[in-house]
Amino acid sequence: MTDTLTPPDLPEATEPERRASRLETARRSPLVWPVLALVLLLAVNTVATPTFLLVDLSGDRLSGPLVNIARNAAPLVLIGLGMTLVIATRGIDLSVGAVAAIAGAVACVHIAGSPDPGAASTAVVAMSLALACCVALGLWNGFLVSVLGIQPIIATLVLMTAGRGLAMLVTDGQITTVTNGVLSGLAVGHVAKVPVAVLVALAVLGLTAFVVRRTALGMLVEAVGINPEASRLAGVRSRTIIWTVYVFVALCAGLAGLMIAGNTNAADANNAGLWIELDAILAVVIGGTSLAGGRFSLAGTVVGALFITTLAVTITNLGIPSQTNYVFKAIAVIAVCLIQSPQVRHALRRRRTPARTVAGGAA
Amino acid sequence: MSAATDTPVGSSVVPSTWDRVRSWSPGQRYLPVIATVVVFLSLFSAGGIRYEGFADPQVFLSLFLDNAFLIVLAVGMTFVILTGGIDLSVGSVVALSTVIAARTLEAGWAAPAAIAAVLLVGTVIGLLHGVLIQYLGIQPFIATLAGMFLARGLCFLLAERSIPIDDETFSTIAFATITLPGGYYTTWTAVVALATVVVAAYVLARRRFGRTVYAVGGSEASALLMGLRVARTKVAVYAVSGFCAALGGLLFSLYMLSGNSLHAVGMELDAIAAVVIGGTLLTGGRGLVVGSLVGVLVLGTIQTFISFDGTLSSWWTKITIGVLLLAFVMVQRLATRRQP
Repeated sequence: MTDTLTPPDLPEATEPERRASRLETARRSPLVWPVLALVLLLAVNTVATPTFLLVDLSGDRLSGPLVNIARNAAPLVLIGLGMTLVIATRGIDLSVGAVAAIAGAVACVHIAGSPDPGAASTAVVAMSLALACCVALGLWNGFLVSVLGIQPIIATLVLMTAGRGLAMLVTDGQITTVTNGVLSGLAVGHVAKVPVAVLVALAVLGLTAFVVRRTALGMLVEAVGINPEASRLAGVRSRTIIWTVYVFVALCAGLAGLMIAGNTNAADANNAGLWIELDAILAVVIGGTSLAGGRFSLAGTVVGALFITTLAVTITNLGIPSQTNYVFKAIAVIAVCLIQSPQVRHALRRRRTPARTVAGGAA
Repeated sequence: MSAATDTPVGSSVVPSTWDRVRSWSPGQRYLPVIATVVVFLSLFSAGGIRYEGFADPQVFLSLFLDNAFLIVLAVGMTFVILTGGIDLSVGSVVALSTVIAARTLEAGWAAPAAIAAVLLVGTVIGLLHGVLIQYLGIQPFIATLAGMFLARGLCFLLAERSIPIDDETFSTIAFATITLPGGYYTTWTAVVALATVVVAAYVLARRRFGRTVYAVGGSEASALLMGLRVARTKVAVYAVSGFCAALGGLLFSLYMLSGNSLHAVGMELDAIAAVVIGGTLLTGGRGLVVGSLVGVLVLGTIQTFISFDGTLSSWWTKITIGVLLLAFVMVQRLATRRQP
């Protein structure tokens, strides 16, 4: 009401107010803490290495620590995007690391066994084959969760346990090495100076953001996560939606697996994408999406994935032994989760309010 | 009064022991465990038929020796899963325990002091999980995931490479065997594991704490309304799991006689798999510790199977465990769907 009454030609009066409200919106945004944490990490790095934020544009490709972080984060961002949608439906997918390993194994074994291992067409066929396998695995997970109604954590634990075995079955227990320009290009190549991995991650991010925010799909995913039964009664095809998100995350995991295989030019069934499911879940949680389902934030997940990757870089940049990365990761996770925890916020607010009233009473 | 005097006449027909045996049927809650036992027995007898020397009682006893640490982990995990939670940190806590044991012994601590330190650290980590989950509202999955990273990181801080354990007490316990009638033998680690199972089964079945664990897993809201100590119980189960992980870590350091940051990677998944195969519902409220024990024996039998065969590749272990998990989860799903 006051807004409509205020004449528009008095910007002096409204500007601070508007700025305050904008600040308030920013402060309340779930993104603020993860972004602050990321900025803090970057600041620490800049203090340690002043050239950290510089991006070298001169060569035939972008280079610099920031570019490396973006490139290394690409597989995690991809899986994180899929994981965000799965978690938004109140699910979880523990099998993405195994699926990534299977994708790498299928692609590499196909390339190694083909008559012309270096050709681009071989790589395209191999990648399509790998992604088709991932779709099948995603269909399987989705079937267990949406049709049989098995708890997501245990339904995907089946594939997490068996998946690495399957990947080893595909590679016959060997580390299959290949030399194929297209496959390694996916991980280390550049288009217009930008790493292909970053472009792929950005493309998937853009596509996902478009589909979930410009169509009703995002809202339906949230509805399924908030209350599956109510959304079903409201006519939402929750089964199809849940099935779709599991296929999507498997597809993302497959792409990530191809990137990992391309990066090392090999399929390592045991170690490719090891524990990436946990990092992806952490990225989602750091990004402010609750494991209880419902509201999700794709941007938050991207920030979370960048945070996790930057943390690893920071540790080495500061000269701390890289194994201690785990300790810092644990502390960061706990800190970010505590800040976002409703209980902690509530307790802090309660402590602040009585203090103020007591002070007022004394005065 | 008259009713009271009449009733004994009606119920005076006491069923004979034979009648009781004949009409006895296992209770609903024992069915999953019985299914697990059937799977174990069929796997074991399949091995006995296929390979010479597999059916030897010593092979059966070795299942306990080689999986003593996993049995203890599965016991702790059962407590947590019964309340509807999960503990992903146990594998890392095992590694941390081996490193702490090796480090303290290397520094000249007496064996009992080292053991106490290990158990204390494990229990404190578990308590921290419980506090984070219960009082600070962090989901069990994330809280224990952070604990997993923390414990693994602490390992690397304490020891960058493998440290051998050559303490006299430790090696005496590790190599001591208990001779059983018939020339068979077992070790103290297996005895400790079995004792843990017995104590846990007693606590869960008979003690107030154990019954509260089931109540919280069945329905936390109801348990709260009944006036049960829900918060304390939920913190306590994580402490129990932490303690069991530390105890498992001690058994593991006796088994390996070394402390290494890379020990027991992924062991939490084996423990969860054993608990699920043992018939405990992941949603909580239903399950028995004995089931988890048999679940571990099933996993151990699969491994023995593959080592006896020699031609089967190691990845079949993973695939078989996955398939078994799937089968059990599906059967559980069908069983719970039928109930109102």
